[in-house]
Amino acid sequence: MHGTRARSVARWAARSALRAAVVLWASATLVFFITRLVPGDPAEAALGGPGSQASEEALAAVRERFGFDQPLIVQYGMAMLALLRLDLGTSYSLRQPVAQILGDTVPGTVILAVLALLLAWVLALALTLAQSRGSRVGAAVGDTVEIVASAVPHFWLGTILIAVFSTGLSWFPPVSTGTPAGLVLPVVTLAIPIAGFLAHVMRGSLDEALRSPFAVSALARGETETGLRSRHALRHAALPALGLSAWAFGYLVGGAVVVETIFARPGLGRSLLQAVTVRDVPVVTGVVLVSALVYVVLTIVTDALTRLVDPRIATEVR
Amino acid sequence: MTLDAATIDPLRPPPRPERRRRRVRVGEVVAVLFTVALVIASVAPGLLAPLDPTAVAPLEAFRPPSPSHPFGTDESGRDVYTRLVHGTGASLLIGLAATAIGLGTALVLALVAVFGGRVADGIVGRTIEVLFAFPALLSALLVILVLGPGPVAATVAVGLSTAPGYARIIRTSLLTVRASGYVESARLLGHSPARVVLRTILPNALAPLLALATLGVGQAVVWASSLSFLGLGAQPPAPEWGAMLASARVYLTTAWWLTVFPGLLIVATTLAATAIGRSLDARSRRSS
Repeated sequence: MHGTRARSVARWAARSALRAAVVLWASATLVFFITRLVPGDPAEAALGGPGSQASEEALAAVRERFGFDQPLIVQYGMAMLALLRLDLGTSYSLRQPVAQILGDTVPGTVILAVLALLLAWVLALALTLAQSRGSRVGAAVGDTVEIVASAVPHFWLGTILIAVFSTGLSWFPPVSTGTPAGLVLPVVTLAIPIAGFLAHVMRGSLDEALRSPFAVSALARGETETGLRSRHALRHAALPALGLSAWAFGYLVGGAVVVETIFARPGLGRSLLQAVTVRDVPVVTGVVLVSALVYVVLTIVTDALTRLVDPRIATEVR
Repeated sequence: MTLDAATIDPLRPPPRPERRRRRVRVGEVVAVLFTVALVIASVAPGLLAPLDPTAVAPLEAFRPPSPSHPFGTDESGRDVYTRLVHGTGASLLIGLAATAIGLGTALVLALVAVFGGRVADGIVGRTIEVLFAFPALLSALLVILVLGPGPVAATVAVGLSTAPGYARIIRTSLLTVRASGYVESARLLGHSPARVVLRTILPNALAPLLALATLGVGQAVVWASSLSFLGLGAQPPAPEWGAMLASARVYLTTAWWLTVFPGLLIVATTLAATAIGRSLDARSRRSS
């Protein structure tokens, strides 16, 4: 049994690493070809767009330097080699290495996203556990709260929070510039829709777990109602929600674009938005690849956590 | 703790569906009524808002909500309520078109995966998996990077970014239906492969999609409005919800009503779509 388990873990690790590498390579390829579809002369874009009125010599120099005059397949090879060297290139509009821009903006966004995900989990767990089984009013209220929470767009929620808590009550600043108080509204804005999704998924599986035979047998052994929920059923309820967390993180990155814009908070999302507006291809590529990397890592982490929470999967031969 | 009837209850089939159905119906009626109002606003906005949505009145600018302007006025003194009603058609069209693009792309992908042989299935499956690594808003931004900002670009962006999710569901649905007994019997009756796919498999595989599409329209309206809010979708001064949000962003802290009411309408639209979508879903589950 022990040997089977070790072998299955090793096989799982190898398969995850391979799959992660393939997804990253494919993402890089996809982004490369999508960015080649951007209309206009890339050399001109690298020099600041059509408004820059770059000289013919400057354009030629840029073409030479970035290899824009080479066949597409050569450019692709150069791009992939550069990525292997972790060289993300230089921003067209900011004239800074993309790696430096990412290094400056990623921490702020990660703090925002991690806090939001934690708050979302806390809210979702509270919402799930607060609904007593069989209480129809509780279920109806929970249902409504979940639907409303998950339907609310970030930009709108953020606006309401600013109107109430900044303009109205002056509890929190309307801009988020690094102070802890400034983080409160962005984190809440980002967390609430995710909490709605998570709670919806969790409550569905909690109801299912509470109806299953092991719940009855736990009660028969003298487990209390609260103990049944928190010690036995919640584990089952959390599984599908856990699987959603990698997806949720991607959703948070998307939400960060909106939230960082509303609260004028420096971060990955805002740099991405600015880069898209001025068609700064290297920055867009960098941000997209970072978020693909985060997605891949999170998928592996949630997969590992799922195997910890549910040992059945670990020994299952797939 | 004694084992009374309530404790054993989990093993018994729960007596809830009856009650639940009645509760859903209240929300359903409200959602349908709201949708009817949206349709009226799209087809004949003048019925609900007789004023001119483009009438400028500089002296009336930035009036907070009042009896004469229930949702306030904007920076040019235009009535927000009137503009919202007149913008309904354009906003809903974006949501519907985006969903259609998403479902259409997904259907093509899924058909190729299911009927194109093992290699095609592998390629499409991997592609979908890779696309899942791109959060929806990120892939939408990539599309806008290529097409440039604008209402059409935003619609295509939202549609394409929702396609991978739909494709996965449709593929599963197609596989289930293909393996079913009635497809087998249609084949044994001598129907041509094309006829089996078009007349037997597709209608059965796509029936559950109605609920999905309804939910999708609500989501698409939200995503499209988010893009517009970021200044990448419909542009002012069009009386479209997203464009109104885009121009309202500048006045976020001074004139909250400019963002709140268009946003509220978007939330209400999504809620209506969700309520209708869920009850369609419940109905198709019950009948199957």
